[in-house]
Amino acid sequence: MNFIGEDNILEVNRVNMAFGGLMALSHLSFKVKRGMIKAVIGPNGAGKTTLFNIITGSFPPTEGSIIFKGMPVEHLKAHKIAHRGISRTFQTVELFDNMTVLENVMLGCHTRIRTSFLASGLRLPMARKKEAQIREKAMKILKFIGLAEKFKDPADSLPLGEQKILEIGRALAGDPDLICLDEPAAGLNETETYVASSLIRAINAKGITVLLVEHDMKVIMNISDEIVVLNYGQKIAEGSPDQIQNNARVIEAYLGSG
Amino acid sequence: MLRIGKLPIAVFALFIVAFPWIAHKVPPIENYTDIMIFVGIYCLITLGLSLLMGYAGQISIGHAAFYGIGAYTSAILTANYGLDPWLCMFFGIILSAVVAVLVGAPSLKLRGHYLAMATLAFGIIVYIVFNEETAWTGGPDGMTGIPGLSLLGFAFDSVDRYYYLVWIFVFAAFIFTANLIQSDTGRALRAIHASEPAAGAMGVDISGYKLLVFVYSAVLASLAGSLYAHYLNFINPSTFDLFFSIKLLIMIALGGMYNLWGAIIGAGLITFLSYEWLHYFEEFEVIVYGAILLVVTIFLPKGLAGTPEIVEGWFRK
Repeated sequence: MNFIGEDNILEVNRVNMAFGGLMALSHLSFKVKRGMIKAVIGPNGAGKTTLFNIITGSFPPTEGSIIFKGMPVEHLKAHKIAHRGISRTFQTVELFDNMTVLENVMLGCHTRIRTSFLASGLRLPMARKKEAQIREKAMKILKFIGLAEKFKDPADSLPLGEQKILEIGRALAGDPDLICLDEPAAGLNETETYVASSLIRAINAKGITVLLVEHDMKVIMNISDEIVVLNYGQKIAEGSPDQIQNNARVIEAYLGSG
Repeated sequence: MLRIGKLPIAVFALFIVAFPWIAHKVPPIENYTDIMIFVGIYCLITLGLSLLMGYAGQISIGHAAFYGIGAYTSAILTANYGLDPWLCMFFGIILSAVVAVLVGAPSLKLRGHYLAMATLAFGIIVYIVFNEETAWTGGPDGMTGIPGLSLLGFAFDSVDRYYYLVWIFVFAAFIFTANLIQSDTGRALRAIHASEPAAGAMGVDISGYKLLVFVYSAVLASLAGSLYAHYLNFINPSTFDLFFSIKLLIMIALGGMYNLWGAIIGAGLITFLSYEWLHYFEEFEVIVYGAILLVVTIFLPKGLAGTPEIVEGWFRK
């Protein structure tokens, strides 16, 4: 029985992150309800990517805790957190450029379907069956994100917009409960941005909770249910898009006090 | 880089099967079957090592030690205790795997080339142990009286017979490794090579996989050591010194670490160079190796196995 897990999929509790003398995050707390799209915004250097790196286990916070589905995960390594059901994309695309489009998504299935060292080496029937399963699942995801026709292409041959979409597909392949998208629309043109936002909505419609860092305000205001605003590592506001747009502290942080 | 075609394997297998027969017909290369046994033994080591270097992105400067652990485990247990050679081979593998975990686990948890430093030190320590533990290893004089191998009454007591035995092991290791690369495990290794942050975020246990590959490469080296000991029936520490570890790296650099064929090509060329073609240079041999390493790193970063790619590039232009 876990009542916290029922309602809030993720809780960030009084998280501090110090890099030497620099406080990248201080006393940051917020909650993400299951099934929503929550955006984290803030000026450059506000600590958004640091927050993502802590949630997904790149490094532990200096202080504070991250509760995912009712369990603390702040001390876990990245791959363990992935197994618990948090997946992510990267601000600067981190695709495996030594693989094809399909293989990138197949690798994304790693958290759910794996073959043992011996079974792979001996190419046991079990291993072949699993490999076929992985391939089928990856193809299904490529169809969902609209890249099925390019499955054979090297991942780095895609235009940036499709690379970002492919990263989202790879993150989906592990059946995450929470997906963290780090600036999915950065560097995209208007059409690509539209495609990316519709994809994020479609992912959310599947019941996957989305945590989003983004600079494109149009995207944010369009798709998010709730917004957290960071400035210099601190939370300065939290609420619905309407509330945030009219918040004096937010306007000040973005435009400067005049 | 990835697909290991069935046709090249078949052609190569045919070549290996026919080689002793050809060597008998051509007097100048009559002794080449013997050298090919050593090529096979070194191939076992380079196959594992190229997986470690090319896919897990780690360097080991201590594989001579695992080779030595296999050889000495087989030698000591058969010559001094009269145990079954196949069983001793297995014990050598277990011992090497355990040692590889002890050496690899702490250094592979860290990012960077800590494994290279740890294995360098480890290789030197093991070499000293082989020299100093005279009661067990015979010291610098080495050990004699290591029996040959036989299976169900069939003795591998001629050069040709031993040749086929060694190459059966090489083919088994080659196919196992090729399957591995083309599986989920290989994908995870390539992911680690391309981007560790992304691999970790997709659930790949980075240090776990690196350790797995390191242990696998140590096991193959140990197996090679046992095969060496039972072939020569004599071993001494100088075979397992630091220079041999470096020679293995030269084999892989020359052949190319991103392709399993590179491991075979590199082992073949360097073995023939050092056993046959470089006698003329005597102690200046080392300079030739240095020159090879220099030329390869500058002009052929992917080794000889990468040349088809380069040639293909010319034609595309």
